[in-house]
Amino acid sequence: MAERVGVYVCHCGSNIAGMVDCEAVARWAKENVSDVVVSRDYKFMCSSLGQAMIEEDIRKEGLTRVVVAACSPHLHEKTFRRACSNAGLNPYLMQMCNIREHVSWVAQDRDAATDKARSLVSASVARVRRQKPLEPMKVTVNPRTLVVGGGIAGLQATLELADAGYPVVLVERSPSIGGHMAQFDKTFPTLDCSACILTPKMSEAYQHENVTLYSYAELEEVSGSVGSFKVRIRKRARSVKEDLCTGCGACIEKCPRKVVDNDFEVGLGYRKAIYMPFPQAVPKIPVIDRENCTWFQRGKCRVCEKMCQPGAIDYDQQDEIIELDVGNIILATGWKLFDCSRLPQYGYGRLANVFTNMEFERLCNAAGPTGGRIVLRDGKTEPASVAIVHCVGSRDKNHNEHCSAVCCMAALKFGHLVLEKTGAEVYSFYIDMRTNQKMYEEFYCRLLEEGMHFIRGRVAEITDAARLPGEEGKLIIQCEDTLLGRQRRIPVDMVVLMGALEPQADAKELGLRCGISCSMAGWYTERHPKLDPVATMTDGVFVAGACQGAKDIPAAVAQGAAAAARVMGMITKGTVEIEPVTASIDEEGCSGCRICNNMCPYNAIEYDAGRNVSRVITALCKGCGTCVAACPAGVITGAHFNNEQIGAEIEGILWDAGAAAARAGAASGHAAAV
Amino acid sequence: MSEAFEPRIVGFLCNWCSYRAADLAGISRIKHAPNVRIIRVMCSGRVDPSFVLKALALGADGVMVAGCHPGECHYIEQNYKTIRRYGMLKHTLKALGLEDDRVRLIWASAAEGQQLAEAIDRFVADVRKLGPLNWPANWSEDPAHLAAVEKMAAEHAEAMEVPV
Repeated sequence: MAERVGVYVCHCGSNIAGMVDCEAVARWAKENVSDVVVSRDYKFMCSSLGQAMIEEDIRKEGLTRVVVAACSPHLHEKTFRRACSNAGLNPYLMQMCNIREHVSWVAQDRDAATDKARSLVSASVARVRRQKPLEPMKVTVNPRTLVVGGGIAGLQATLELADAGYPVVLVERSPSIGGHMAQFDKTFPTLDCSACILTPKMSEAYQHENVTLYSYAELEEVSGSVGSFKVRIRKRARSVKEDLCTGCGACIEKCPRKVVDNDFEVGLGYRKAIYMPFPQAVPKIPVIDRENCTWFQRGKCRVCEKMCQPGAIDYDQQDEIIELDVGNIILATGWKLFDCSRLPQYGYGRLANVFTNMEFERLCNAAGPTGGRIVLRDGKTEPASVAIVHCVGSRDKNHNEHCSAVCCMAALKFGHLVLEKTGAEVYSFYIDMRTNQKMYEEFYCRLLEEGMHFIRGRVAEITDAARLPGEEGKLIIQCEDTLLGRQRRIPVDMVVLMGALEPQADAKELGLRCGISCSMAGWYTERHPKLDPVATMTDGVFVAGACQGAKDIPAAVAQGAAAAARVMGMITKGTVEIEPVTASIDEEGCSGCRICNNMCPYNAIEYDAGRNVSRVITALCKGCGTCVAACPAGVITGAHFNNEQIGAEIEGILWDAGAAAARAGAASGHAAAV
Repeated sequence: MSEAFEPRIVGFLCNWCSYRAADLAGISRIKHAPNVRIIRVMCSGRVDPSFVLKALALGADGVMVAGCHPGECHYIEQNYKTIRRYGMLKHTLKALGLEDDRVRLIWASAAEGQQLAEAIDRFVADVRKLGPLNWPANWSEDPAHLAAVEKMAAEHAEAMEVPV
């Protein structure tokens, strides 16, 4: 039976129509492509009027197939499937033809673009005629959610979900939750104390009846799909029994081994070999750093064991593997600091009194290594002048092109703290001041009034080589003041480099584990940069906080809450529909060769030795189609992407070059067709 | 070769990386040659080598297969199977007397719109240099020709037959 195909060519305003003659494509389809009974072009196909047009044609013209030539299926496939569904047509009998992203937006020549659109429409019609009605599979959504990362974004997501009554598993890599925010002293622009607003959230998450916290643990493996993921968590050996430890700290106090703390104190302070990252750590359970512990390294000591009254020290503790079922995953893995020594002209690591922003945060912090006193590297001298250098490793094509979004405000905060605590002169070397959130500009004005000096220009060099009187023993900032239009040398005692926020070093690896990708810079890719900044291309995996792009605390909190809201929506609905794109084997034709068995990385194909046939376990099949392409007998069918459909698509896409053209006696084949 | 030769190229792009890279090229308005006509498949592993041969037989001058980078496949490792098939396919093309450069396998992650556009431009330029393939036109249905081919096939089969 001949199908009745409707073709709908969208102008997308001028997005498509500006480069493709939509009207001509629609007319051509009606006249030249078989089975096309209706063909229309319209300004905005995705508008309610456009959808209504399709629905009406399905009802009145008795369409059995629909082709929408518009944008990428990743944008509006769902929209048009719904429209078909509304009119009683199985949604899988609709095919999208991408003439915007793949044609009008990338073409330079209107005729060539229109030609390309014709062949894509022809391919889509050829394919849609062979499409089969399918029913999406329904999967129950497990109400338990996995949150990866216990920084402020992850904590917010965790608490939102837990408060709504849903179970949450929070996995944090370091020994304590809290993330970078726990290292800060004050937060801009209100200057409220970071610990005061963060620690209640940390303990709330830990004590919450709906939250299971695994700290010092990492997500190792993810399988399954939306609604029913299986995850494997490796809980690293703390060498301390969590159920026995009371957090008294006697072990830490008596531990004889002192180690430079490169994590929490960013190299400015010391910790012991058995340690808690900071006094308010959650959980309040120490960890033995086996690489530095005398017992683990030299087989002597065991002081902590002797000091521990509850007997919680366990030197033989092994990593624990925890396997869980979860319905959704929220990644909130945060950021890492740019390695400022990659810019040798700024002297970090060579010039003692050049600090990074994270080091300076610790200097300002009352609980930090200096007790909140801003002093030089010698630990006692207060600086009389401080330079703050913006955009170190950001807005720099050699390192990171992106703006780190937080540094301007953090620099202003630092300026305020220096002025408040020391009375030193503060110079800010900026490219542009970016203070575009609520109360940020006001804070900038406040600092202008407080007497912080602003010099517009990227710093060329920081040196200790004095050339002019007054420069001896100082660090000299060499910079072009672009407002004055001349070179300046400013001698200071201390320099703070505002290092860039960068994606975590293993962000890509973790992303792959969860089936999501990263941008070129390494941030997780959201489903849509404007309209869907929380979801990802993989259903059931959401992102929150700085792992999706550099952002400040308010934005991270908002995104954490948004991710939680999205997950709650899924849980409340209870089921989720999954694309029925899976493989199936026609057992009649199967010779039991088992070639397909080894093709499947999910072990979704099982071999029935008794009947000498292979069979696809639909629940495990992800629908890649590799087995379909491998079957020598051609008896595996990939639903929605079967051989007949793709074959037709190839024929359709080459409508102007096909064997037909040759048979027509075009000796010079191509020349005639071009 | 006509100067106006515009290669017709069929591109099989995987749904997760390279199709999205092509989308990204569009969103970023990265102009590139319009010659590659894209067919979306779920995975580069779905590309049956016979699809490639079919496209060439139907008049394509070149075929591009694009997938996720090795190690980054959405389906764990299926693009490695694509690599294996690609090697064999190249071999087969040579055996058929075709320039194996008419088929190209490339990788593009969802973030590599620019890279994909450049790869398309390069491939189009390379196929343009090779000139038209004209397989369908050369595919003669002349009975004498067909008979000769069948005779050759029969001789081949005979030679391959293992005596019982």
